[in-house]
Amino acid sequence: MIGFILRRLLQAVLVMLTISFASFVIQGKLGDPVTQMVGQNVTLAERAQLTESLGLNDPLLQQYARYLSDALSGDLGVSYYHKQATLAVIGDRLPATLELSFCALLIVLLTATPLGVFAAIRPRHILSRLIVIVSTLGLSVPIFVVAMFLVYFFAVEWQWLPSFGRGETHLLFGFWSSGLVTKDGLQHLLLPSVSLAFVLAPIFVRLIRAQMLEELDSDYVRYAWSKGIPAHRVYFVHALKNTMLPVITVGGIQVGTLIAYTILTETIFQWPGMGLLFMEAVSRVDAPLISAYLIVVGLIFVLINTLVDLIYLWVNPRVRIPGYGQ
Amino acid sequence: MVMRTLICLVLTVWLSHAQSKQLRIAVEGALVSLDPHEQLSETGEQYAHTVFDPLVRWRQDGTFEPRLATSWAQLDRSTLRLFLRKDVLFHSGNGMTADDVLFSLARLQRSVDFKGLFNVIERVEKIDNYTVDLHTRHPYPLLLNVLAYAFILDSKFYAGRDEVVKYQATFASQHASGSGPYTVTKRIVGQVLEVTRNPRYWDSEATGNVDALTFIPIRSDSTRLAALLSGEVDVASPIAPVDIERVQRNPALKMFVEPGTRIVMLQLNQQRRTELKNPRIRKAIRLAINEPLLVQKVLRNMGTAAGQLSAPSFLGHLEDLQPEYNPDLARALMREAGYEKGFRLTMMAPNNRYMADEQIAQAVAAMLAKINIHVDLKTFPKAQYFQFYDQRAADILMLGWQADTFDSNNIFEFVLACSDITKGTGVYNSAGFCSAAIDSDIAQANREMNPEQRVRTLQRIERTAREEEAVLPLYWQPLVWASKQEVPLESVINFLNVPYWGDLTVP
Repeated sequence: MIGFILRRLLQAVLVMLTISFASFVIQGKLGDPVTQMVGQNVTLAERAQLTESLGLNDPLLQQYARYLSDALSGDLGVSYYHKQATLAVIGDRLPATLELSFCALLIVLLTATPLGVFAAIRPRHILSRLIVIVSTLGLSVPIFVVAMFLVYFFAVEWQWLPSFGRGETHLLFGFWSSGLVTKDGLQHLLLPSVSLAFVLAPIFVRLIRAQMLEELDSDYVRYAWSKGIPAHRVYFVHALKNTMLPVITVGGIQVGTLIAYTILTETIFQWPGMGLLFMEAVSRVDAPLISAYLIVVGLIFVLINTLVDLIYLWVNPRVRIPGYGQ
Repeated sequence: MVMRTLICLVLTVWLSHAQSKQLRIAVEGALVSLDPHEQLSETGEQYAHTVFDPLVRWRQDGTFEPRLATSWAQLDRSTLRLFLRKDVLFHSGNGMTADDVLFSLARLQRSVDFKGLFNVIERVEKIDNYTVDLHTRHPYPLLLNVLAYAFILDSKFYAGRDEVVKYQATFASQHASGSGPYTVTKRIVGQVLEVTRNPRYWDSEATGNVDALTFIPIRSDSTRLAALLSGEVDVASPIAPVDIERVQRNPALKMFVEPGTRIVMLQLNQQRRTELKNPRIRKAIRLAINEPLLVQKVLRNMGTAAGQLSAPSFLGHLEDLQPEYNPDLARALMREAGYEKGFRLTMMAPNNRYMADEQIAQAVAAMLAKINIHVDLKTFPKAQYFQFYDQRAADILMLGWQADTFDSNNIFEFVLACSDITKGTGVYNSAGFCSAAIDSDIAQANREMNPEQRVRTLQRIERTAREEEAVLPLYWQPLVWASKQEVPLESVINFLNVPYWGDLTVP
């Protein structure tokens, strides 16, 4: 166990180094931050002076070394636009993104599990066919289409729900600005999290259905039936438990998709989270913020994947047997 | 009894709510800094006019209105005397005097974005507490245009912490004390800016009655539109051309499309291609492009097709220089020049800088194909595009230019003057066009104090530019604002694209 964690930690460090280098190298390709910062009448000499004072003229490796040594002491630079430490800026926006993702995942969990299980238990039922068709559609509809439909009907036509922003937030524990504790905040949360859930849920519905069908066909389930175990126990205790194993793995992989989709969702709903922050940083060529975002997201990635592996270890005892699966 | 109390309570709450007038404004750009001297942009100017006051400001009709300067007199050809308003209080409670004006003008001359405008002022002399003399380096006809950017800061408030820096947190970038109609009450960087009416505002004749304004930057066009359609904001700008109809169909909303002065043009690089050195080819390209059709189809009739750089309200504008479209003549010119079979050109354009820029570029490429010029078009987000622009990386480049001084000569200096890095002229002249006659006219227009003489000079430049096919103007970008019916937006919007929110009276 400890060996596993240590190995993971080493991998994580390598991954983070690679991300930091990659994010640093692409900075030069994003555009010139100085041009974005100044008005049109500013002379070339003035611009050159700004570029020099930002240290952008030094050799790339030298800039990277400087960046890395600062990063080791917890300093990921100062955002050009926000004029504060990039980590503080991201920290301010983190709760918004985490709450959005959390709610979307909750919706996914609460809809995908029952739908997938139902479609597996009653494969010939008309509803099951509908679930399969809709989930196929859901897989192929891009999120901005879903989001715009939701905004069009719920915000513009019927005016039931707000179309943008996070609404009223409350400071919890002195650092976490939460939209989950006010009615206004929850109303603002609904449309973005539903659109995010809409694109994530289909893959889980299909996965749970396929896996459940497979489990229901396996020997131990047949044995359970013949033993006369009640149906709900066979379905939900025996089969569902084993169905969830690959779901956890895929769930871990889907974190990447989730992060990518939060960028889109947040842009569409002007949701003040990390994704919108990143989009704005890219258009402003706010290089320190872009790098910091990539590093933080990389870290979240690594952490969640490690966590998923640990959960897997805990749920599936067979993995702990040395030599299993080799 | 309980019922009656309840009704009373509800009524009081409702009435007090109704009395406090609030306005929510969705804009495209987010404010960079609370320092009005840091960034010269429309977003920055809008903020500056809300929280600060300039010495003079533009009226809707293009004349100057006294603000912190009550009147002015030209003492000699290069000296302007300003008489200052005496009853002005800054938000901090300090009174405004000539010292604040000296302080602010000196600070503007240190600001990267503003020094280009203010460097013409050689010396500011304090005559008494409410009189200053501005000595310019040479007779300068546009001094008032520049003073419209002279937002006066509270020198006592900023004393000792007045540095103006582009990319760092400074005191001034996070704190503000101006004399304007509103004070900043809340700001979350990139998310919201809230200002509240200044009860001690000096301009007692100012009709504005809105108690609080909330500026919400919304980057995406469709999200901004949805916020307006759903009633979550009262005012929104800009509106994308494709959404115009959607707004017009809604009876609760109204829309204003004002003619803008930002000229969007193409520059044909004569340094890169010998074909483009030939004026006949440049003329053929101009004749092959149907500007009115671009405006009609791509911009949905917003904007104005251009045959010159100076917008109709500018002094250099010539009524007879209209866009021309004549593909037959264009083909004939190509034949005469020996390029009947045509050639290939590279072209670059931004895709998120000017209104419908990418679609315009695509339409232009299609139009040029009709005279056998095959265009390899690449479009980029503005951040990358302007790097390529500075490198002059394509044969045809797109550029939009807004004259900061709202005067033709500003466009000429940056776009038409011979490119010279040491003198800092022709910085955006990516056509590589150079004419000694135009250069000397530009220099003359910069010093000419006789208005009629100056108009003649500016018009001569415009005509020469057309005759020599220096650049290829396409259209003037419109200014588009939309609001709820009850907001009398028409009273505050102007050709600067900077509404004076302090004057807005909501019924």
